Amino acid sequence: MSEVAVSTHGVGHNNPPKGLLRWITTTNHKDIGTLYLVLSLIMFFVAGTMALVIRTELFEPGKVLVDPEFFNQMTTLHGLIMVFGVIMPALAGLANWMVPLMIGAPDMAFPRLNNWSFWILPFAFTLLISTLFMTGPAPDFGWTFYAPLSTTYGPKSTDYFILSIHLMGISSILASLNIVVTIFNMRAPGMKWFEMPIFIWGWLVTGFLLLAVMPVLAGCVTMMLMDRHFHTSFFNAAGGGDPVLFQHIFWFFGHPEVYILILPGFGIISAVIQTFSRKRLFGYHAMVYATVVIAILAFAVWMHHMFVTGAPLGAQLFFMYTTMLVAVPTGIKVFNWIATLYKGSITFETPMLFALGFLILFTIGGFSGLMLSIAPSDYQYRDSYFVVAHFHYVLVSGSLFTLFAGIYYWLPKWTGRMYNETLGQLHFWLTAISMNLTFFPMHFLGLAGMPRRIPDYALQFTDFNQIASIGAFIFGFSQLIFLYILFRACILRRGEQAPAKPWDGAHGLEWSVPSPAPYHTFDTPPKVVPAEAH
Amino acid sequence: MIYALILTQLAFILRLTFMQSWWRNAIAVLVTLLLPLPAVAASIWNMPKGVTPISHQIYDIHMITFYVCCAIGVVVFGALFYSIIRYRRSKSPTAANFHEHLWVEIAWTVIPVLILIALAIPATLLLKQIHNTQASSLQIKITGYQWKWKYEYLDEGISFFSNLTTPKDQIEGAAAKGEHYLLEVDNEMVVPTKQKIKLLVTSNDVIHDWWVPELGVKQDGIPGYINENWVYIDEPGTYRGQCGELCGVYHGFMPVVVKAVPQAEFNQWVAAHQTVKQQKAAAKAKAKQEAADKPPEKMTKAALLAIGKPKYQATCGMCHQANGQGLPPTFPALKGSPVATGPVGKNIDILLHGVSGTAMQAFGEQLDDETLASIITYVRDAWGNGEVNQKAGHAIEVQPSEIANARKE
Repeated sequence: MSEVAVSTHGVGHNNPPKGLLRWITTTNHKDIGTLYLVLSLIMFFVAGTMALVIRTELFEPGKVLVDPEFFNQMTTLHGLIMVFGVIMPALAGLANWMVPLMIGAPDMAFPRLNNWSFWILPFAFTLLISTLFMTGPAPDFGWTFYAPLSTTYGPKSTDYFILSIHLMGISSILASLNIVVTIFNMRAPGMKWFEMPIFIWGWLVTGFLLLAVMPVLAGCVTMMLMDRHFHTSFFNAAGGGDPVLFQHIFWFFGHPEVYILILPGFGIISAVIQTFSRKRLFGYHAMVYATVVIAILAFAVWMHHMFVTGAPLGAQLFFMYTTMLVAVPTGIKVFNWIATLYKGSITFETPMLFALGFLILFTIGGFSGLMLSIAPSDYQYRDSYFVVAHFHYVLVSGSLFTLFAGIYYWLPKWTGRMYNETLGQLHFWLTAISMNLTFFPMHFLGLAGMPRRIPDYALQFTDFNQIASIGAFIFGFSQLIFLYILFRACILRRGEQAPAKPWDGAHGLEWSVPSPAPYHTFDTPPKVVPAEAH
Repeated sequence: MIYALILTQLAFILRLTFMQSWWRNAIAVLVTLLLPLPAVAASIWNMPKGVTPISHQIYDIHMITFYVCCAIGVVVFGALFYSIIRYRRSKSPTAANFHEHLWVEIAWTVIPVLILIALAIPATLLLKQIHNTQASSLQIKITGYQWKWKYEYLDEGISFFSNLTTPKDQIEGAAAKGEHYLLEVDNEMVVPTKQKIKLLVTSNDVIHDWWVPELGVKQDGIPGYINENWVYIDEPGTYRGQCGELCGVYHGFMPVVVKAVPQAEFNQWVAAHQTVKQQKAAAKAKAKQEAADKPPEKMTKAALLAIGKPKYQATCGMCHQANGQGLPPTFPALKGSPVATGPVGKNIDILLHGVSGTAMQAFGEQLDDETLASIITYVRDAWGNGEVNQKAGHAIEVQPSEIANARKE
């Protein structure tokens, strides 16, 4: 009986249906990981094109290309898609591919749920992007969708936006639930908590953050829906409600959200730096504690987004202090990475270049973050291009660079082919230089008084805006190199054959299986080698 | 560098602690000698130093935080670059094998905490000052509207709107852009120098944000709230800023212009405003008296159109456009619109009370009877609307008295 069950089990899974049906019905963690990554890649170019529309309009003062109304739709959708459609799915894709491989599990804990949590997303983004093709404006109130601009004054398409956010939220909750349960229950025998790779720790903590705040976002958009259609007044002052309540709820979600976008990335950087400096991570325990402390602080800093809303002195002081404290665990991480590099034996392959680029540029984003935490100066920075510069430093050279590092690092494992190193390095240098060209001048623009989210500006801001626009176009077109590198490795299947462990300094269970990783791995649990043995 | 920083830090804390003492001057001189950079930093690169005591202190604390970041950056990036250059594989074929060091880890936890405490002290003191809105000599209520500001001098009884004056031609590139492109208004907020002025910021529709970098003030105007802030301007001059919070389509087109003048000049400005106001009130009372005696004198269509056209361009043109085509569907066309070519009562009602949930505001509280009547007449006459109205038998002309009657309903 049991033999029969095992054999049919094996046949069904080793021969997945061919063609489209394979991808629709798949419950395999590697397939679903690929689907997440492909969706993320498509959305990256969609939202990137929107960024280029924004930068074209801002190339010089006066109307260049689009109306202010369309400009607002571009800034809104660019932000929403980059956060929910690019970084989050890419991180979920990496989790799907790598969590079972890194902890020695055969698959995710809930494979069917996994399929569903991915397949919600294409519908969510179809709904969101379809608003661009409807009569009437698409959502045009910024990715932060403050009430009452998005409620009483929101365009009709706001309802599509609300539904779309609900779908993304359900998808994220299910995916993070799956990841947390997998990490808790499916680690290979002998893998203790403090032997898990930092990437697993990062995703574990992120999973809890998502489970905590995604329902808050769902509540927030539900209250919007009620205000818009069912005569409630949660956010409407004229009905006894409170527009500031919206911001409290939104940022109680929104601040943990930005750590969701970076914590798994910290794990990728830890893995890459260890591998290419051929040295064990310095301060493993401190890294884990720092991740947990950052996650806890994430819930106690939300009002630093609201210093100019008329918050009372006591609240401003409390949130200023907690925000400043975030610098301590983040600093510990940066110091630990540098200590890992110290006395290593370092080489500079593409994943390492992106990791080092991350280390430098994310630290710069951290500095502007520290400056923003000082409430009195924040009065001048808030809602200016200084903030735009800050969050692009932590999200582009932060989250996006960690994703690039992770993709180059694990691509040989996924495809069985080495990517083209020359093209990879070209991609890195063009991306890193143009990223700075785009976003560094924005610090100056913000300090000199240029507000964010404006389609047209006073003459003194022209020079820096032109530099930023040129940088943005170089950045955008450099990503075509990345697209070609992926195309070459995944579709053309060109490049050197990758061995099971293509990086000589790498450690971890994912390198114990062949490249490309077979459709099923770890059917029998692997033997875990304690970190001390490295 | 570190030495200078510690000194600056110390100086700053002392400066805030002993505000009125001789310390302040002595330390200011010392700081200027040690750190000449702030003095040469140009305004397109950096935050303006501004013209208020608060903006000066914000600038100082901004620069101190910046220098602290620079110092940390030198140490961190120094260590990073040293490691990646010195320990590249060609120079360091085998890696060392260490992965923990308790004291180092304690040090890089405790030292940042100490630096943060040093930054938090001056920030706390300054924040307390910013929140102290007491003992002001003038109160101005600032109300954000989609896309203009209303200023009300509460004790002087002066009230006016402030609209962008940059012509559409400049925005669309048909004319050369002026020096103060997008930062110019019809009525500036005039204030006296060397007075503590209390600002009461609120909004009529969505959230706006009143921001003038050189005054060091940024305050959200939120419907249902009145936020307090204050400003004390040292030097006369014109200071320009913009709305800081996304407030809809024309968020980038509602500048703030503050004109600071000496007290005497401000008094004259107030007096002139009050005289105009009294004259208007007297004329109104007289007209009312006369109206009681005889039926109101009708304005001619030509007179109405002469007022209506320019007022339409200034008040309505941004959304509904000079050619009446609007920007549908957010801003409907007025050319051939059911309202402008329908019964006149509905038309007056919409102008007076607005359309809830849209950008169409209630202009009843913003414009007087004559202006409203003129604008409505212009809209019902222009772009071929006149012929449609004539055929359908709807009135084109609207008299101020009809507006007055509609207000009473």
